[in-house]
Amino acid sequence: MDKKAYDMGDIDYHWCPGCGNFLIMDILKETLTELDLKPEEIVLVTGIGQAAKMAHFTKMNFFNGLHGRSLPVAMAIKAVNPELKVIVESGDGCTYGEGGNHLIHAIRRNINVTNIIHNNMVFGLTKGQASPTSQLGYVTKMQNLGVFVEPFNPLTFAIALNASFVARAYCGDKEQTKEILKKAITHRGYAHIDVFQPCVTFNRLNTYQWFKENTYYLDDSHDPYDRVEAFRRATEKGKYPLGIFYINPKKTFEENLAAYRENDMPVYKRKRDLEKVSQKLLSFV
Amino acid sequence: MRTSSFSLEKKDDVSIVICGAAGQGIQTVEQLLTRIMKSAGYNVFSTKEYMSRVRGGINSTEIRVSSKRVAAYVDRIDLLIPLNENAIPHLKRRITNETIIIGEKENIKGAFECSECEVEVPLSEIAEEVGGKIYSNIIAIGLIACLCNVEAEIVEEFLRKRFASKGEKIVNNNIAASRRGFGLADELKQAQKIDIELQKNPRVLDELLLYGNDAVAMGAIAGGCNFIVGYPMAPSTGVLRFLSGESKDFDIIVEQIEDEIAGMNAAIGSWYAGGRGMVTTSGGGFALMSEGLSLAGVTETPVVIHLAQRPGPATGLPTRTEQGDLELALYAGHGFFPRIILAPGKIDDAFYLSQKAFILADKYQVPVFILTDNYLVNLYYNLPQLDLSGVTIENHVIKTDKDYKRYKLTGSGISPRGIPGYGEGLVGVDSHEHDEEAHISEDLHYMRIKMVEKRLKKLKRLENDVVSPELIGNGNYKTLLVGWGSTFYSIKEAMELLEKEEISFLHFKQVYPLHPDTSDYLRKAEKTVLIENNATGQFGKLIKLYTGIEVDAKILKFNGLPFSVEELTEKLENIV
Ligand SMILES: Cc1ncc(C[n+]2csc(CCOP(=O)(O)OP(=O)(O)O)c2C)c(N)n1
Ligand code: SF4
Ligand SMILES: [Mg+2]
Repeated sequence: MDKKAYDMGDIDYHWCPGCGNFLIMDILKETLTELDLKPEEIVLVTGIGQAAKMAHFTKMNFFNGLHGRSLPVAMAIKAVNPELKVIVESGDGCTYGEGGNHLIHAIRRNINVTNIIHNNMVFGLTKGQASPTSQLGYVTKMQNLGVFVEPFNPLTFAIALNASFVARAYCGDKEQTKEILKKAITHRGYAHIDVFQPCVTFNRLNTYQWFKENTYYLDDSHDPYDRVEAFRRATEKGKYPLGIFYINPKKTFEENLAAYRENDMPVYKRKRDLEKVSQKLLSFV
Repeated sequence: MRTSSFSLEKKDDVSIVICGAAGQGIQTVEQLLTRIMKSAGYNVFSTKEYMSRVRGGINSTEIRVSSKRVAAYVDRIDLLIPLNENAIPHLKRRITNETIIIGEKENIKGAFECSECEVEVPLSEIAEEVGGKIYSNIIAIGLIACLCNVEAEIVEEFLRKRFASKGEKIVNNNIAASRRGFGLADELKQAQKIDIELQKNPRVLDELLLYGNDAVAMGAIAGGCNFIVGYPMAPSTGVLRFLSGESKDFDIIVEQIEDEIAGMNAAIGSWYAGGRGMVTTSGGGFALMSEGLSLAGVTETPVVIHLAQRPGPATGLPTRTEQGDLELALYAGHGFFPRIILAPGKIDDAFYLSQKAFILADKYQVPVFILTDNYLVNLYYNLPQLDLSGVTIENHVIKTDKDYKRYKLTGSGISPRGIPGYGEGLVGVDSHEHDEEAHISEDLHYMRIKMVEKRLKKLKRLENDVVSPELIGNGNYKTLLVGWGSTFYSIKEAMELLEKEEISFLHFKQVYPLHPDTSDYLRKAEKTVLIENNATGQFGKLIKLYTGIEVDAKILKFNGLPFSVEELTEKLENIV
């Protein structure tokens, strides 16, 4: 695969110069290239926000839906056609705020999709309000006393729900993020990757410098199959661990569906037999 | 057995009502009786009214058994089986001197105030003799079946099948109970207390007995539905439950989803990927789907919505009925986009229109509503077998080529719909205003205008493909009754009872867009009478909006109950 296959050519990016979204886009393209996934095999499902515009800046099938609602869409696409590689990408506001309920249930169902959250700890598109992951004391024009509600911890949340794959990355580190992404995309089941992403325009607290200073990688001694340990590491503050926290192999949503228990053919390819419908109607005599 | 004196005329259309608390076995009696009556060659119809609670309360089921086809609710009660002492007070408005009330002493007390025909039957006492109190309902079934001249063998055959899995002893007890019921009925007949004469028609035996719910679900299957999501909410859940049972046999993905917002978005996602998805919900749930509906509109993704109405606002009356959400379906969703609203009034329509909903959604790439209500989804009657010979599952999905554009501008406004993974092209859809390739566009002087025009053109197109309203009665009418959806048979039967040549009835099974002949139909009448099961005449307003015609009179009902044939007859008599 050639990385250029995902390029949109000469387009007008809506992102600010220096924004972490550019780095994530580059990492995504390289990851897909190295995994040899063709644009036609992938569907990128996004919500609304700066992060969610990824659908317009990369070349592949896409469903740019509503704010907060990508996961139900992704669930349906994967269920109807499990042959597609379904990747969800959106912001922290979209995923952890507006779409919170869907996140709970996507994890519980274990839909076989990769969920990449651009966590810039702020609402970018709507110009700098606090997001669920904004840190305590973070002052915005809206939160003028500083944020005083408990920041949402996506990792402990996902691990508590016994998610199938839970990781955190930082887009300033391309190579390591790529490695994590590759594992996530090839993981069978729901994979959750919270990606720290600096917003150079609205988040002057969590800058490139800040992320660099306040993160470190889980080392080999961490056992991702140990849920309690994963949870404990996910609660760490001050310096935030990066890497794969938790892996929990289990049956996917599609595999559990009655329609797929004895037949792998994607549902959309199966033809409805009207003769059988007639037969069924006769059972009402 | 103690009976009071009463007179009876021969009846060939009997309305039987069973009334008691939830959990007293009303449904079992209803299911057995309707099937027994059908096996005997009688036409049957059944509808129930029930409280929104799992135990207790007071519920009733009406079964009409008739020599001719019946499909509408009547107030009249010919035979009443009260299963507890609250039944008589609950139904006292409907009990008359002609109502024969058959029940235990304590359950018929107070009956004499409204009826002279109570028959005291010590059901539980006899049941104890047979084997236990649980057999009382079977004694009642035997009694009614015998009064309706059903052969004992038919009843016993049924009981044998129904209880086979419970062992021989239970089967024999049930049969003994039924025989005791027959014995009681014979006494009544001999005393010439009751005389029912129903005509048998062998054709009924081969007919279908189909709930509104099941008809919608079967229609969806016949339309190629392979994906359904819903969040339980009366009265829409039956369709989800039904399709869940067919999931494996018909390759349907079925999921009880976390909320209706997710439901609508998932159904849209299913079509995007090449599936044929639907949601089933009621007003409150549908309100949560509004933003998603608008997403279907802008992305031009087909979607089918079964909206089973119940009275609002908010939680309203969960288990009652109303045609109150027509305007909700009509205006839900922000921004303009075309939609189609179908409103079946009969069981066969519920089937064929649900089938058609999938075809129309696919063809025009728009949301299509199947607008039913609690009354329609929970009633059933015998009807001729459904003919699938004219039914095909059209599929408008195309294989994409390299330079495929999802929103290619075309003369018709409809762009060929590709799906991801089928062909060489890439398929994008977007909730923003977009260009032909589905990328965000703020080109206000060209692209925005083109895209709005594109969606408007689709509306023009689908206006040529509207299901015709059905005219019942004479083409040379002076008075035209106008109705839509579930009121069909109540209005029809009421009109027929009036026996007036100059009155006809126009029933709409597609309420939006309106059929182009609508205003011609209305203008021909000297007087138009709108009949709707809601408080404001929502369909009348829609007619006014699109034809400029104001109806002359309105009959509206909004207490949570369906129209009865009698009340419509009476109201129509006063108007015409
Ligand atoms: C239902 C709805 N509510 C609100 C909005 C407005 N809105 C768009 S993006 C957004 C927040 C974006 O924050 P985030 O998801 O973190 O994305 P970012 O821009 O930071 O990448 C909001 C509130 C919307 N589009 N839809
Ligand atoms: S506002 Fe922030 S997140 Fe959005 S593009 Fe600019 S820097 Fe990036
Ligand atoms: Mg954000």
